[in-house]
Amino acid sequence: MSNAKMIQSDVSSVLTLQEMAEIDHELEHIPYKSGAAIDALKIIQAGRGWVSDECLQAIAKYLGMSSEELEGVATFYNLIYRRPVGEKVILFCDSVSCWISGCDSVKQTLSDTLGVDYGETTKDNRYTLLPVPCLGACDRAPVMMVGDDLVTHLDDNKINELFSAGKTGDQS
Amino acid sequence: MPMIYVDGQEIEVVQGENILEACLNAGLDLPYFCWHPAMGSIGSCRQCALVQYQNEDDTRGRIIMGCMTPVSEGARFSLKAENAAEFREAVVESLMLNHPHDCPVCAEGGECHLQDMTVMVGHRDRRYTGKKNTYRNQYLGPLIHHEMNRCIACYRCERYYRDYAGGKDLGAQASHDHLYFGRHEEGVLESEFSGNLVEVCPTGVFTDKPFLKQYSRKWDLQSAPSICQGCAVGCNIAPGERYGKVKRVHNRYNQDVNGYFICDRGRFGSGYLNSDLRLDYAGIKNPDGSFFAVHQQQALDTAAGWMAGKKIAAIGSPRASLEANYLLRELVGAKNFVAGFSDQEAELMGSITTILQTTKAINPSIKQMESADAVLILGEDVTNTAPRVALALRQSVRNKAFELAEQMGLPAWQDAAVRNLAQDQRSPMTIVSALDTRLDDVASTCVSLAPDDIAAFGYAVAAALAGELTDNPSADATAQMLKTAKNPLIVSGSSMAHQGVIDSAAAVADALDKATSMLSFCVPECNSLGLALMVADGLGGSLSDLVKRAPKLDALIILENDVYLRGDKSQIDQLLASGTKVITLDIHENSTLDQSDLVMAAASYAESQGTLVSSEGRAQRFYPVHSPAAERLPSWQWLLRLANVMGHKKLSKLEHFDHIVAACAKSNLLFAGLVDVAPLNSFRDRGSKIPRQTHRYSGRTAMNSGVSVHEPQQPKDHESPLSYSMEGLNRDQPSSLMPFVWSPGWNSNQSLQKFQSEVDGPLKGGPSGVRLISSSLQGADLSQQIDKVTLTAHQWHLVPMQQIHGSDELSAHTEEIAELAGRGFIAIGQKVAEKLSVSEGDGLLVTQGEVECSLEVRILSRVAKNCIGYSVGYPEAQGLTAGSLVSLKADATWQRSGAEMIASDKASFEQVISDGGASNV
Repeated sequence: MSNAKMIQSDVSSVLTLQEMAEIDHELEHIPYKSGAAIDALKIIQAGRGWVSDECLQAIAKYLGMSSEELEGVATFYNLIYRRPVGEKVILFCDSVSCWISGCDSVKQTLSDTLGVDYGETTKDNRYTLLPVPCLGACDRAPVMMVGDDLVTHLDDNKINELFSAGKTGDQS
Repeated sequence: MPMIYVDGQEIEVVQGENILEACLNAGLDLPYFCWHPAMGSIGSCRQCALVQYQNEDDTRGRIIMGCMTPVSEGARFSLKAENAAEFREAVVESLMLNHPHDCPVCAEGGECHLQDMTVMVGHRDRRYTGKKNTYRNQYLGPLIHHEMNRCIACYRCERYYRDYAGGKDLGAQASHDHLYFGRHEEGVLESEFSGNLVEVCPTGVFTDKPFLKQYSRKWDLQSAPSICQGCAVGCNIAPGERYGKVKRVHNRYNQDVNGYFICDRGRFGSGYLNSDLRLDYAGIKNPDGSFFAVHQQQALDTAAGWMAGKKIAAIGSPRASLEANYLLRELVGAKNFVAGFSDQEAELMGSITTILQTTKAINPSIKQMESADAVLILGEDVTNTAPRVALALRQSVRNKAFELAEQMGLPAWQDAAVRNLAQDQRSPMTIVSALDTRLDDVASTCVSLAPDDIAAFGYAVAAALAGELTDNPSADATAQMLKTAKNPLIVSGSSMAHQGVIDSAAAVADALDKATSMLSFCVPECNSLGLALMVADGLGGSLSDLVKRAPKLDALIILENDVYLRGDKSQIDQLLASGTKVITLDIHENSTLDQSDLVMAAASYAESQGTLVSSEGRAQRFYPVHSPAAERLPSWQWLLRLANVMGHKKLSKLEHFDHIVAACAKSNLLFAGLVDVAPLNSFRDRGSKIPRQTHRYSGRTAMNSGVSVHEPQQPKDHESPLSYSMEGLNRDQPSSLMPFVWSPGWNSNQSLQKFQSEVDGPLKGGPSGVRLISSSLQGADLSQQIDKVTLTAHQWHLVPMQQIHGSDELSAHTEEIAELAGRGFIAIGQKVAEKLSVSEGDGLLVTQGEVECSLEVRILSRVAKNCIGYSVGYPEAQGLTAGSLVSLKADATWQRSGAEMIASDKASFEQVISDGGASNV
């Protein structure tokens, strides 16, 4: 009944008209409302950076699903964030090609530079560091993604170049 | 039937089954986790690995999953092959990587499928030395304890809860090695069938929370075959007792009735047996209103003195056994015996019993209801009035999916594939009710009508079926739906307290005029139907008739019945305070008992034996789990002794329970089958009685040494073929005598398959229970009633809402059930709420004549015009009567209840283990 308690007016107080319009657009292509679950989550995340409990409940209601069903979808995918993330998410590949190419030491440098480990966000809220199994760029290993940008041939220098003390802002 | 070879051995198998089922049917021990006979296969756990060979010459073979591989003529498999055995052991070893070593403190220990499988595959030494994953557990309400660390990711919980039981608030979350089964956020599980998670989970993730508070190992529990007293469905249960307390209730398989599952009222609603309200001694009332305890004989002598040779009458009980009711009726004479229904109930039960005996339709078992491919429900919220039936109806709508699967050549056990194929295509179900029902989510059509209009709708469907023209398109559509179905089912019942609704259901069933059509009625209590059959001759009259006679009576004897729940307070006061001596037999304190002059402490269902007749007319026997505590006696023994003291001619000749059954069977043509319900007291299995205790029952002579160091003799059971002992065999006996399931190597409830003649089939001991009523060819005589239905001018109709937790008199005394029941409520639609400017959780004053109740507001999504629902059976709603007209106004003094309602025992169970959890990205 927890879901029933969120009535339609609650949904529109959480989701913006724009978001609902985008979800409606997805719904046009799908026979079952719940089929739009992933797209709806992506729409919310695109605008807000992550999916809060409140948003998740609102989307569930909007799509006629239970929060549990949608939670199952949301948490299944590593790239749907159910906790706040920094402005950019660093997806650091720790899969086999990158590992052979020495990603472990690069990761150490990255962590030292940013002051965060996997799953953590820098104090200035600019970066969240997450591991990823493969980015499909093994020929240029080690690699990572910073926001939407792929960064290849990683080494300590490259890390320093990208995240020098001044750039991260919290390394005073 | 095809032949297959398993390790060279030729095995005859059933066409279409899978090799796991074939192995289990052949008595071979093939380990499994995720497969469940009621839920089919998904091949998720990889435990049931075998080697399959292409032909005789193939010596290598390949590993296959037993539950996903259909058998075919001449197929060759090996269970013993080394690589298959290694594979199975490796699966368990990998599950053990994260499984805690907490068996000694785990409630599942000793009846754990994971333990059994670990031993079965021979996995002993753990090689993994790393850290184990840990999870944060959730508070899931007062019934279910959550311990995610023990999870082996078999998905059974989710598949049961969501796919089978239709729950929406439990699901699989996250993925790979941080998979999590739980809710989106902490809170009470919403499903009325959540308790089955305890038995479905192969390990200790979901355990019985009330049981944890007073825990004993399975092997230390004394059990007996019993019948649930929570409603009229008659689910078979196996309560477990130790130290004189019923500690938990488990499902007891009966293929025709409950199968593998029971509802939460049945599983958790027996806590009242251990409540402080229970009576231990007989008592005689002091002038100041208190009772002083007397010996059994003194009570009997006193009662006999008041009754012998005097003008006496008796009130029976729909929650007491057939035998106790029979004895009481014989003792006072049929003309002086009132069934103990309220007047309204008596009328409804009378017409239901008549209809069941005359209708052309089958009165189906639950198993038969699952086969329905079109369902019409008239007026019942089945989930709350006959919960286990609702679970069957949920399965019936899947027949469409099975039909589609058959067309595709897909076996029904291919669960994921069948569900994928069907998506949300379901067999049709039409629900016609005044208010929301808990089956609305699977119904194809929901029609909201006031009770009178429901009856009219039913008659319109009947008319349409008879080929008449109606001006009601949805009735026409419903008639069409039933007409085209192979196994149409009509469900109605007494919960609307409306004669017309019941009659119209019968009219539809007869108009259908099909050999396969089914008609089922939900009736209120565990023996309502049995009692109604007993008084079908109408000799005793109604409760109101008795009230009129009361002043002339010398003594009135009441059997297990709080008559204040059966009539107006003023009427009952008049009955009990008329100067008549009132003798009451009951198990616990209640208002009727307070007004009695003499009380006799009755044994509960767990301390006595008896026969109940379920809503399908199935007579079933329950047996004592333990001998009665203190000076309680089973009601039938009280009454038999009383008859002896009074020198009753006929009853004095009866000595044993079996004699009463025989006499009762002779008393009524419909009861002839009673003698076959269960074996006689003299039945022996290989010369021994059936043991209620397990082989490993511990501390039998020492467990009461805290009370007395004298080792007491084990109590003797002189009335049944069961013994209070561990000696004897729990094997090969008739099914009605199966106290628990256990088999060597199979300590969990999965050992049931060793008691079944085939996977998901009947028990080896044969069917249990005897159906007393069969359908007839004549058709119910309803022609007059059709004209009687008059549609009243629309006003506020008070519609009773039965609640699984709260409306039942006895289970409501269980702490956990009371917590779930919450406060008495009034259910209204959004529009009415807005008009009265109240919202969910506010208070409303409900005025019905001189009765005024203050009730909590609940908002429903579907409400018939001018109808409001109320929580029937709740103390707050006492005095309100179904169908009456009421006025509403906001209650200015109302205090909203806070969140403390669901948090009562949170602190003691919350063990927060951080590092992980569902939303750990």
